[in-house]
Amino acid sequence: MSTADTPKRSMRTPLGRVRNLGAAHSGTSDFWRQRLTAVAMVLLMIPVVVVIMMLLGRNQAYAKQILGSLPIAIIMVLFIIASAWHMKIGMQVVIEDYVHNEKLKLASIMLNNFFSIAVALASIYAILQLSAGV
Amino acid sequence: MALSIVHRATGIALYVGTLMLAWWLIAAASGPAAYAHVQAFTGSIIGRLIMFGYTWALMHHMLSGIRHFVWDLGYGFKANEREALTWGALIGGIALTVLIWIIAYAIGGGR
Ligand code: HEM
Ligand code: HEM
Repeated sequence: MSTADTPKRSMRTPLGRVRNLGAAHSGTSDFWRQRLTAVAMVLLMIPVVVVIMMLLGRNQAYAKQILGSLPIAIIMVLFIIASAWHMKIGMQVVIEDYVHNEKLKLASIMLNNFFSIAVALASIYAILQLSAGV
Repeated sequence: MALSIVHRATGIALYVGTLMLAWWLIAAASGPAAYAHVQAFTGSIIGRLIMFGYTWALMHHMLSGIRHFVWDLGYGFKANEREALTWGALIGGIALTVLIWIIAYAIGGGR
């Protein structure tokens, strides 16, 4: 972090500098990571949508073949990592905005972490299993 | 201005929707029977409505998020620019959703 007396040119707006400094004291880096993961998802959006469209109305054998192929598995895993990370940060901001009871806030933030990690791991595990089976 | 709450609402909807994604992938990994189960759900009227809603939430949230990037970079704060960005996200989100579903049905997803 640059200190206040060393003015640097920054891409951040004033609002951007103070967002996310809430209960978890995670500082502005979460702000950056939320942008990073969002940009990643924008880049991955077209391939991911194409993959999903290829699978519509097809059977499991075909889904297994497509999802298990290396480049597609990598794209899907990257998208899952980006979205789980992004949504964990985003939901934490929402919790910090609405939940003001300190204990409830910590419990919600914990649940949020568990949920995000569990969903990501379950999805990644499924893709790895599909890849291994090909 | 009112659109920021839509960004938040779609973000939360997408958060819950990852359960669908996980369910679908796990079913694909589990085998034909489990996969057929998911398809029975996503193929139903309710399932299709949810899928359509999910598509819109994703497309709108993405464009609305890009609007945030423009602001983060320090542009687009003038009243008319804010209006344009907001309407762009709103109309663009609906347009992309409809486009995706037209393509999906055209390539046989609607069976
Ligand atoms: C990028 C996000 C997504 C888009 C744009 C999308 C789009 C669509 C579209 C256009 C359809 C076609 C409607 C139809 O066949 O009746 C559909 C159906 C379906 N969606 Fe999605 N979807 C997305 C995410 C998901 C997720 C998260 C799941 C996991 C549950 C999923 C699983 C399915 C399945 C299995 C069908 C039924 C079609 C079939 O029989 O295979 N999709 N979706
Ligand atoms: C597709 C590309 C995406 C882009 C460009 C994007 C962009 C953004 C941005 C810029 C923010 C911060 C808004 C702010 O500071 O007020 C945000 C918030 C959020 N995003 Fe995303 N996002 C994307 C996908 C997703 C997905 C897939 C999910 C869920 C799985 C998600 C869930 C959330 C949540 C829960 C928030 C917090 C909402 C709030 O603070 O009001 N986003 N998104």
